[in-house]
Amino acid sequence: MAIIRDGMPPFDLFRPTSVGDALALAGRLGADAWILAGGFDSLERFKDRIKRPKAVIDLGAIDELRGVRREGSDLVIGAMTTLTEVSRHPDIRERFGLLSEAAAAVASPQIRNQGTLGGNIAQDTRCWYYRSGWTCYRAGGGTCFAGESPQGQNREHAIFGAEGCVAVNPSDTAPALVALEARLLIKNPKGGREIAAEDFFVGPDQDITRLNILAPGEMLTAIRLPATWSGATFYFEKVSDRPVWDFPLVNIAAAMRLTGDRIDQSHLVLGAVAARPWRLLEVEAAVAGRDRNDVAEAASRLAPKGAVVLPQNGYKAVLAANLIKRALLGNRDA
Amino acid sequence: MHASLIDTIRPGGMTRRQFIKSVIAVGAVSSSGFLFSGPADAGPSTSPGTVERLITLNVNGQRRRVDVLPQETLAQTLRNKLGLTGLKVGCDRGECGSCTVLVDTVPQYACSLLTHSVRGKAILTVEGLARADGKLHPLQQGVLDEQGFQCGYCAPGFLMATLGFLATNPNPTRQELAHGVSGNLCRCQDYDKILTALMRGAENMRKE
Ligand SMILES: Cc1cc2nc3c(=O)[nH]c(=O)nc-3n(C[C@H](O)[C@H](O)[C@H](O)COP(=O)(O)OP(=O)(O)OC[C@H]3O[C@@H](n4cnc5c(N)ncnc54)[C@H](O)[C@@H]3O)c2cc1C
Ligand code: SF4
Repeated sequence: MAIIRDGMPPFDLFRPTSVGDALALAGRLGADAWILAGGFDSLERFKDRIKRPKAVIDLGAIDELRGVRREGSDLVIGAMTTLTEVSRHPDIRERFGLLSEAAAAVASPQIRNQGTLGGNIAQDTRCWYYRSGWTCYRAGGGTCFAGESPQGQNREHAIFGAEGCVAVNPSDTAPALVALEARLLIKNPKGGREIAAEDFFVGPDQDITRLNILAPGEMLTAIRLPATWSGATFYFEKVSDRPVWDFPLVNIAAAMRLTGDRIDQSHLVLGAVAARPWRLLEVEAAVAGRDRNDVAEAASRLAPKGAVVLPQNGYKAVLAANLIKRALLGNRDA
Repeated sequence: MHASLIDTIRPGGMTRRQFIKSVIAVGAVSSSGFLFSGPADAGPSTSPGTVERLITLNVNGQRRRVDVLPQETLAQTLRNKLGLTGLKVGCDRGECGSCTVLVDTVPQYACSLLTHSVRGKAILTVEGLARADGKLHPLQQGVLDEQGFQCGYCAPGFLMATLGFLATNPNPTRQELAHGVSGNLCRCQDYDKILTALMRGAENMRKE
């Protein structure tokens, strides 16, 4: 529901040039401040008056948050590195092609030129009720318009892990980072911590009002890719209405260690089916040590296990089943 | 604001210039009330990273001095303040591409960029393509020769997206160029002709 108005309501704008300055600002401004990266999840909601921050801290002038560097055998990607850069960077392509492919599948060329990896994983849900300012559970209200109303439009919503809210995390890169066991570096005015990508994302059972653990004033500074999955066998596929712009209906990010066709170890992660990237642990266990050609059908039947579909999104369970088969076989035509 | 008034309310330790800068930076009228109430500490306005409002932009090779609100988008500044109405605002949400301009040669949606974020960068809009003597840019000439567009509303965005793409791939296949300009919509659904025209423009550019 884009209503075009004259512009955004006013806010104070800060463009610090170091992480230290940004954290000091964030510490002082607290919940009044909005952290701005590429702006593709932010400005739209300012324009629609859904979010009205008093102050905006634009991270765009902080050089130390950009770029990809090697640290021992790890790759460390600054949170403000653009998706275009992530998709093209030779080291990422060579060692962690799963992430390059996921980043290249986001939105449109212009959005990738400006949208950042940090912003892509920290982005909020696209549930249109919530984005249009309806006071649903996620917005602190008492109902879910998508899942609980008989007229609810829920074709794009969750089939896994929903509790109250049925919104999904719409990121294309998030499942890839979970599959690669990425580590996220988070800083706040008091210090910092490093956490597993998997623990960054939050389901409605944990907190119905947000999709990740970032508290106000906290900044994601970098994404670390450990050597664990470097050069593994990868599969990424995104299903969307149009090949450009549209968010994933379902995507899959798979990382596998193979000996011949035997799957020694795998991480199989679906996106846009839950409020957080959804790892198929049971399938991972079932395929371990098996020949992928023998086990693909059974894995495909197992993939939608536990799915609870809504009136309009049953197709997502079918997509999940098919995508698992394709991922295991490494074959888009399977 | 009257000068003597500024002197009397000036928070401790700030020069007059710094103070004016901070009042400008906070922008909203309501925020200056906060300055009046604050004693020695002028709050966020003294913070590192505060933006000034009167800034210089590099647009089409010219330095343009312009007063920019903190919340202003580049599309608003270019169209409403600098008179560069070549770029269009179709959706204002990054979903159509008609506001595409080049920022340091990279195609970006001007509707989704804060103007303050492009300080120090080179902005190129469709107005900057033709030479001073009026001779069209070879890409424009290609579009003209092939009559690439129907209504033309999306044309400036397509031209800028193409130019940015050609900087990374000067000799693309038709398919590669289609992917390169996939962040631009044409409501007339004229893609086939547009691609033919842009391919001709790209060819012209290689010949120059
Ligand atoms: C038309 C359109 C189509 C899109 N299609 C897709 C798609 O197909 N797939 C997909 O994955 N995405 C898609 N997106 C989303 C887009 O890629 C993301 O919105 C974008 O990547 C967000 O990143 P950003 O850098 O623009 O972040 P911003 O909008 O600046 O930030 C997003 C959120 O993250 C927070 N944040 C950002 N960086 C940090 C940080 N370093 N530390 C703490 N908090 C931070 C911000 O406060 C904000 O809440 C689309 C967006 C649009 C507008
Ligand atoms: S799915 Fe979640 S975000 Fe959407 S209406 Fe329901 S509670 Fe709100």
